[in-house]
Amino acid sequence: MDLRLDGLSVELGGEPIVRALTLDVPDGQVVGLVGPNGSGKSTALRCVYRALRPDAGRVWLGAEDLSSLSLRLSAQRVAALTQESGSDLDFTVEEVVALGRAPHLRGNQALSARERDLCRNAMELLDVAHLAHRGVLELSGGERQRVLVARALAQEPRVLVLDEPTNHLDVRHQVELLSLVRGAGITVLVVLHDLNLASAACDRIGVLSEGALVAAGTPDEVLTPALLREVFGIEASVVPHPLTGDPQVLYRLPPRPGHLDSVMSRKASHDDQRS
Amino acid sequence: MRQLSVPPDEPRQAHSPDPRSASTPAPAGPRRVRRLSTPAGAALAAVVLGAVLAVSMVLAIGLGSALVPPGETVRYLWAALTGGAIQADEVVRYQIIWQIRTPRVILAALVGAGLGVVGVAVQAMVRNALADPYILGVSSGASVGAVLVGVFGALSALGVYAVSAGAFLGALVATLLVYLIAYSRTGVTPLRLVLTGVALSFGFQAVMSVIIYLAPSSEATSTVLFWSMGSFGAATWGSLPVVAAVVVLGAVMLRGLARPLDVMALGDETAASLGIGADRLRRWLFALTAVMTGAMVAVSGAIGFVGLVIPHIVRMLVGADHRRVLTVAPLVGAVFMVWVDLASRVAAAPRELPLGVITALIGVPVFITLMRRRGYLFGGR
Repeated sequence: MDLRLDGLSVELGGEPIVRALTLDVPDGQVVGLVGPNGSGKSTALRCVYRALRPDAGRVWLGAEDLSSLSLRLSAQRVAALTQESGSDLDFTVEEVVALGRAPHLRGNQALSARERDLCRNAMELLDVAHLAHRGVLELSGGERQRVLVARALAQEPRVLVLDEPTNHLDVRHQVELLSLVRGAGITVLVVLHDLNLASAACDRIGVLSEGALVAAGTPDEVLTPALLREVFGIEASVVPHPLTGDPQVLYRLPPRPGHLDSVMSRKASHDDQRS
Repeated sequence: MRQLSVPPDEPRQAHSPDPRSASTPAPAGPRRVRRLSTPAGAALAAVVLGAVLAVSMVLAIGLGSALVPPGETVRYLWAALTGGAIQADEVVRYQIIWQIRTPRVILAALVGAGLGVVGVAVQAMVRNALADPYILGVSSGASVGAVLVGVFGALSALGVYAVSAGAFLGALVATLLVYLIAYSRTGVTPLRLVLTGVALSFGFQAVMSVIIYLAPSSEATSTVLFWSMGSFGAATWGSLPVVAAVVVLGAVMLRGLARPLDVMALGDETAASLGIGADRLRRWLFALTAVMTGAMVAVSGAIGFVGLVIPHIVRMLVGADHRRVLTVAPLVGAVFMVWVDLASRVAAAPRELPLGVITALIGVPVFITLMRRRGYLFGGR
């Protein structure tokens, strides 16, 4: 199902956070959203999973305007992994994953046998089936993150929205999660901080800076040294991956300064220049 | 449009057998064993607790300064319900059982059940393990209402129910004030609600102190003790129907919201992504719990500790799932309160101890024991 952010603008407390953001996420593709801290990535995602109402613009789901759907109906189509860390209460892993079925059920209606299988499969895909009867509060951050992704998959979404899904995950689970997301065949909009993972996982990448889209295209088109310098303020080389050919970003730290004092004074003068 | 399909037989990624599951066996020992945390376990607990409640009520009705054996108690109750006959020399005992103790024990069970359920709902609503039914200013508002009626004779048209009505109105006005003050453009956040409730409680208590200080009669002081510590001493058949209807209806409605409450516990944003508008649900819960608490405070005063601790005890027993918690919590609350009321009547007879004292004296050790025995996490490590 196509997802389209159409002229999305959000203000929070009088500050513009997202400015006229237009981004297409074609059916079945994985589109990444990258950008520096505070560039409005999470805020844009919030509008897609209905936690925030945009001040202007629309989110289109196929031919439907998302705001014309009830929360419940849009939750049947769009699942999200938010930045919230899980739960206040000590639900078991199994119970949290089962809550992914909430938008498909009426009231306290029990899960059908098919739905229980679905939840079990989602837990196995995310490698958390062995934790099924553990309380979520006693899991490590990475385990909990995988439980939350399993919950989103149990929702059977057509569009999956992921806000920094690789947070807290070890390298193996980062790679597994993104390959799973890629192979799931659903439309995915994902915020990632790791540009190399974004390059490997995404069909297209959009770059946000100060709330506005400054570049969008395939990883090859977007991840260039010039853009990295301009948007992220870093010096980096971009080389093709030896096996896949995906652009990979190699960072270079600035020359080592003498000690901390010189770092602080350099930073101060740098800030002066910026302001 | 493609649906996400999760093929059951798709080979697992290359790493199976999983080296981690081999190196970290499932944790054994009592820490994670919650035998009752399945639907069947909770149903069993509910049946057992229901039986315990029935027995407790019969015993509590029979026990007191005039001791009536359980068999005789049941016979009197049966006679009262079916219009049967009793001996002439039994009339006094019958009166004690049917007119005084039965409504009192029923009220205790109702209020215990109601406080348990409302405690669960309020803790979920403000997302705070320390919340109880009175945290949003309900009890202190009710006290102000009751004292105003008692001292200035307002609402005298309502006769013997004037003080209760004043307390109920005071409770509702207080919660409305808390809500309006906590309200902001971004909605009502849990923390704002709690802070406003706590702050306004202090304000109401100050108002009450001023009224008592300036009041012409000394009666106001005992009124305040009643409202702030709680008692079922004023229970009559006439005072039961309203509170019974409100508590039972409210408990059923909250039970119906079990899954939305589960979803809201995952966080407001996640709730939105699962189709639950947390703001709207919170408004509705706020109104429902305010009316329930107000109705209970109006007939029994504010009985502390129960609404705070029963939810935690129940979660230790049956896990966090609100369908189970909201089934078991009213029964645990009712049983607990029936025994607390009995203790308050007989411990220092012929004087009655305030209920708040007993709930804390019994509840604290029970709670500490349970907490230390089980690996229960109060919303965090």
